[in-house]
This record gives sequence, structure tokens and C-alpha cells, in this order.
Amino acid sequence: MSRTVSKRHRKQKIAFTILGLGLVLLLVFLLLMFYFILSKGLKVISWEFITQKPRNGMTEGGILPAILGTLYLTLGAVLLATPLGVLTAIYLTEYAKKGKIIRIIRIGVNNLAGVPSVVFGLFGLGIFVKYFGLGVSIFSGALTLSIVILPTIVRASEEAIISVPDEYRKASLALGATRWQTVKNVVLPAATPGILTGCILGIGRVAGETAPILFTAVTFFSMRLPNSIFDETMALPFHIYALVSEGTFPAKQIPIAYGTAVVLLTMVLLINLVAITLRIRYGDKTKHQ
Amino acid sequence: MNWRNKEKFIHGILFIFAISSIIFLTGIVIVLFKEGLPIFHRIGLLDFILGKEWYPTYDPPDFGIYPLIMSSLLVTFGAMVIAVPVGISSAIFISYILPAKYKNFVKPIIEMLAGVPSVIYGLFGMKVLGPFLADKLNLPTGLIALNAAIMLGIMALPTIVSIAEDALSSVPRSFRDASLALGGTMWETIMKVNLPIATSGVTTAVILGMGRAIGETMTVLMVAGGASMVPKSFLLPVRPMTATIAAEMGEAAIGSPHYHALFGIGIILFIITLMFNILADVASQSFKKKVSAR
Repeated sequence: MSRTVSKRHRKQKIAFTILGLGLVLLLVFLLLMFYFILSKGLKVISWEFITQKPRNGMTEGGILPAILGTLYLTLGAVLLATPLGVLTAIYLTEYAKKGKIIRIIRIGVNNLAGVPSVVFGLFGLGIFVKYFGLGVSIFSGALTLSIVILPTIVRASEEAIISVPDEYRKASLALGATRWQTVKNVVLPAATPGILTGCILGIGRVAGETAPILFTAVTFFSMRLPNSIFDETMALPFHIYALVSEGTFPAKQIPIAYGTAVVLLTMVLLINLVAITLRIRYGDKTKHQ
Repeated sequence: MNWRNKEKFIHGILFIFAISSIIFLTGIVIVLFKEGLPIFHRIGLLDFILGKEWYPTYDPPDFGIYPLIMSSLLVTFGAMVIAVPVGISSAIFISYILPAKYKNFVKPIIEMLAGVPSVIYGLFGMKVLGPFLADKLNLPTGLIALNAAIMLGIMALPTIVSIAEDALSSVPRSFRDASLALGGTMWETIMKVNLPIATSGVTTAVILGMGRAIGETMTVLMVAGGASMVPKSFLLPVRPMTATIAAEMGEAAIGSPHYHALFGIGIILFIITLMFNILADVASQSFKKKVSAR
């Protein structure tokens, strides 16, 4: 008896080790990737690199236009998508009756989240660039990206609204407030930190997206900064791709690509870190209530 | 306006916003078909899907996307061979074996990895993994299907791990306690009790990971090599559907057959990912029923 028990425990030990190895493998690979990118990119980073325009046909100088372009595109997308996402979430959680309509809307949101990014690019090209005649521009790109992040914002807002305790609503309704007054004055303020987290996650996701802006917003080379939302623009992720695949002076341009990758990676990871920290803090708070 | 009417009005407005996702999805379908259908009229759906030659810029051009479809499937299959075992074992390890204090640390890291932009993976695959593979396997180039499969596998992992982990963690604790109380070891409990209950949840994770892999664009564009032949081996360059669209749309004149053909590829890609999403949805519904019914 004791021998079979110890045999079973040994089996468990072996199995757990193998499972753990999987996780370790994953983490090691990722550390390796970060190490390579950082070790090659950090050398290039300097104050000039992030505050100056490219010079000499993209072989020298900085990446300021790409940083600004990504900033405009990302902020534009989040500003457009947030009202839409939050209102959708309010409808799903506070207004709709359980049943078919909710189910259909949720299938819509889930499927939108699963659409390949390059298909969003095709959609943006077909409708914003061509049909609405907005051309290849920041505006077209931001519109396209706003659809890409809509599902992220809907889900985060929904979660935030659901986690507002029901007593809040009941207290407000019992005082004679209408449903909308309750949502506006009680539920939304309480859900704001969660919704904000969703928006920040959306920013993190959208800042690195390349395929949706490929045909709708970006250009490889631009001497000047964009003047209006109807100008085309450079963008960080596209800049990396363009430098390594279309560049004509690889010896000088590939280091710039690594530098750009470090800037983009730092931006995205910082944004995610902020969102995750916010969520952990906020999550703890609701537990205490 | 009295408050009842106002409430009704607001309800209506919110409903219009709420169906925006469906409107966009419909919009995508309309745009894809409007711009893609001309190619089916020109060469026929079957010749488009089963044609073995993709030479859009030749005269006369060939628009057969069979090699592109097979490239996408090959690369996705390879990615799953890597991501499914590693992902599921990581998920099991995180949800049942890892002590809570590490779990709170590892889960956010994995979530953060889901946020790493695909160009970064592409850059790594192109400049580090590519030369490494070429060197070790004695190949003229490391930009091959294997490279794309490895990178896509890594990229699909965060999706698979975090959704599978959610599913495993939501199996009621009483099940585990009952099995342990009967003298089962933790490993036996995981294999015979928890995993079978969570199967549909884990399936959802795998399908969503597959959807992510087949729709991934920038990474495969950078690392897959780009040869539009019917793929014969993991060690040769391939050209998946997403990479084709991304690489060629810039050169295709708007309204040309090539332009319509690229939208045609978009239609096929959209249908494939739609099927994945619907399957994932069905699996996740059945999981929810299972966990809540017992």
C-alpha cells in the first residue's frame, strides 16, 4: 500500500515538473526576446532620437514624427471608441432584458474582437479612405482603429459596471430617481476607475497595431509633422516594419528600427502596467466595501 | 417631456449605440463583398480558391489562392503544435500548483505579453530567430514556415493561457476537495476531475488562440518568407493570406483585378475566423452551462 502511494506521488512530482517546465520555457523565451531587443535598441536611444525628425533619407536623426503619429492615432481612436463602448456597456448591463437581444449583441462584440487586423485595414480602406473620401489620413486611421478597440472597451466597461454593488442602484431608485438618473449619478461615477482601466488597455493595444493603419493612415517617409487630421502620418509600429523590410541602407537603418522598437515596447508596457496596477488597486477597494 | 417618455427615449438611444458592433460587423461584410465580388465574377469562386498559381502582376495574371490558404493553415497548425501543450500545461500549473503569491505576479505578466505589438515579435523572428534557424538547420534563409509557426505559437500563448486558466479556476473547489478527500493525489484530481469538467472552456481557449494565429498579419509578413507556392515543408518560405494582403495592397491600383482579388482573400479570411469565433462561442456556452448546472 505505502509503495503504491509513494509511486503515485512520484508520478505527481514528475508531472508537475513537466508542467512547470512549460511555463518556464515560455517566460525564458520572452525574457530572451526582450533582452535582444533592448540590447540592440538601447544604444540608439538618446534625447535627440525621440525629439528630432529623421535626416538623410531615414539613416540618421530621430523618430519624432512617428512618435507623434502614433500618439494622434491612438488618442483619436480612444476618444472615438470610448463613448460608443461605454454606452453599449450601459445598455447591456442596465437596460436590456436578459435574452435574445443581449445574446446577439454579445455575439457581435465577440466576433468583432476576432476579426483579423488586416481585415479591419481592408474595411477602413474601402469605407473611410475610398467611400467617404477621407484619403490616407490620421482621421481614416483613427476611425479604423476605434473599431478595432471597441470590443476591449465594451468588455472592460461592462465588467466595471457589473461590479458596482446592487445596493447603490436600489438606494438611488428607492429615493425616487429614474433609471437614467441612477446610471448617470450613481453607477457611472462608481464604475469610472474600471472604465478608465479599459480605455488605457485599449490605448496599449492600439498603439502597437500596424495592419489596420497600413492602407489607411501611414507613410514611410515624411519630412514634416502632420498639420491636420487629414494628413498622412508616420507611426512607430509601421516605422519598424518599413525600416527592416523596405529600407535601402540596412546597416544604418536596422539600429534605428531596434531603437524604435524599444520606444514602442516601453510605451506599450508602461501603459499596460498602469492599467493593471489600477485594476489591482481598484479591485481591492471593491472587495473591502 | 415627462420622465417616462424621457426614459424610453434614452433606452432607444442606448439601443442604437449598443448595436454599433453589429453595424460595424455588417459594414465589414458589405465592404468586403462589394470590393471582393468582382474577382469571383471574373474567374469564378472555385478557380479562385483552388487555383494553384498566384501571380497577380503577370500578364495575364493568375489569381489562385490555394497556396496562400495552405500556407495559412500550415503555419497555424505548426503554431498550435507548440502553443497547445505549452499553453495548457502553463494554465494548469498556474491555476492549481503555483502558490497564490506567485500567481498574482505571473498572471499580469502573461496579460502584458498579450499587449506586446506584433511588429516586435516580427522583428525578433526576422533578425534573431531567422538567422539562428538558418544556421542550425543549414538553410539558405531562416524566413520560413517554421519560423512563422514558432513566433505565432508564442503569440497565441497569452490568449490560450489566460482563457484556459480562467476556465480551470472556475471549476468549483468542492469537486477538487471531494477527490482529494477520497485519497486522490492532486495530479490525479487534475487529470480525472478538473480537466474533464473544464474541457469545453479549454477548447474555447485553443480555438481563440487559433483564430489569433490565422489572422495575425505583421509577424507572418516579416518572418514567413513570402514565396507563393503550395507549401511542401516547414523549412520552406510560405506566403499566408494575411501577409499577401498586407504586402500587396500598397501596389495594387484601386479598382484593378488585383485589388479585388486581395479583398477576395479578405472574404475567405473573414469567413474562416468567423467560423472559429462561432465555434469558440458554442464551446464557451456549453462550459458555462456545465459549471453552473452542477
